Amino acid sequence: MRYLTARKRAEGKGAAHTGTEHHWYMQVSAVGLAFLVPLFVYIFGSALGGSHADVIAVFSRPIPAILTGMTLVVAMRHFAKGAQMMIEDYAHGTSKKMAIMFVIGLSYVLIAVGLFALAKIAL
Amino acid sequence: MVQFTLPKNSKIKTGKTWPKPEGATNVRKFQIYRWSPEDGENPRVDTYFLDMDKCGPMVLDALIKIKNEIDPTLTFRRSCREGICGSCAMNIDGINTLACIYGMDEIKGDVKIYPLPHMPVVKDLIPDLTHFYAQHASIMPWLETKTNRPAKEWKQSIEDRKKLDGLYECVMCASCSTSCPSYWWNSDRYLGPAALLHAYRWIIDSRDEATGERLDNLEDPFKLYRCHTIMNCAKTCPKGLNPAKAIAEIKRMMVNRAV
Repeated sequence: MRYLTARKRAEGKGAAHTGTEHHWYMQVSAVGLAFLVPLFVYIFGSALGGSHADVIAVFSRPIPAILTGMTLVVAMRHFAKGAQMMIEDYAHGTSKKMAIMFVIGLSYVLIAVGLFALAKIAL
Repeated sequence: MVQFTLPKNSKIKTGKTWPKPEGATNVRKFQIYRWSPEDGENPRVDTYFLDMDKCGPMVLDALIKIKNEIDPTLTFRRSCREGICGSCAMNIDGINTLACIYGMDEIKGDVKIYPLPHMPVVKDLIPDLTHFYAQHASIMPWLETKTNRPAKEWKQSIEDRKKLDGLYECVMCASCSTSCPSYWWNSDRYLGPAALLHAYRWIIDSRDEATGERLDNLEDPFKLYRCHTIMNCAKTCPKGLNPAKAIAEIKRMMVNRAV
């Protein structure tokens, strides 16, 4: 039992003066993904069912390779920030911090693995 | 913090069923949440029957009739009985609304009445709104000026006054905030739709000179950005206001001053 006034509880630690960058990034990346994802699906679909050489040929071309790389990076960053928001909603304390670190780390790992695989195919 | 199950002492049990009125032909069943801090019992749902031919049309009329004629221990807040004071906000038929302006003809079947969800209960249908009011106070719901006070009054154009329409009408009944899942899980830090609607009302007031400070005080991942545009607030508001739009406008102002 802590003898805090209602106003003290409501004020908490005050405003963190952050959050707008996160909000703006999610807006911009959502619009970006609205274009990138259909293009990636088209590129992926055009390679789907082809032989190994056909797939290599598709992703060796600059525009498909660059669009795939962009989709990967933007989608993973969008995922990380969205997942962070979701975790903040439902978890508190140390478990929240651990979960956020995990999803941010996971997004960077997936970006690195994806770009490495793409580079191997494209170059 | 999110909780998926109720604590043992909050599980709702079946309560007392009161007898039906004798000789009545137009009878309606009311199921009402009851809890008293004094008896140490779990919450229960009591069942009442009312002769609708001898009852007013609004849910508040029925509650007053039950309290006056059947069970004087039933506890609820009420005052103006015309949707101005915001006292009688409760969850009726699954919707947070004001009992005084919610007609019983809008409800199909039994009338189920609970206190506003996810708030500590003081007794029966009365939630503890202490934190909710403190959050409202924290957004400084008054005119902040730096210019010397004018001799007569702070002037405002008709166009600027119109910007306050749809905002000033809020009666702080807490229906919106208690319908918001983000507020359920994080009400300790998220201000909720009602406080944010009031914050926006002062941010866009042409006479107010603390716009920057007000935005500074809201720029926080929890105080403001816990709103995920779920829109329950706009759907449930008994006054027909749109807190979600006000919150979106605050976010837009935040972006406009940063980008």
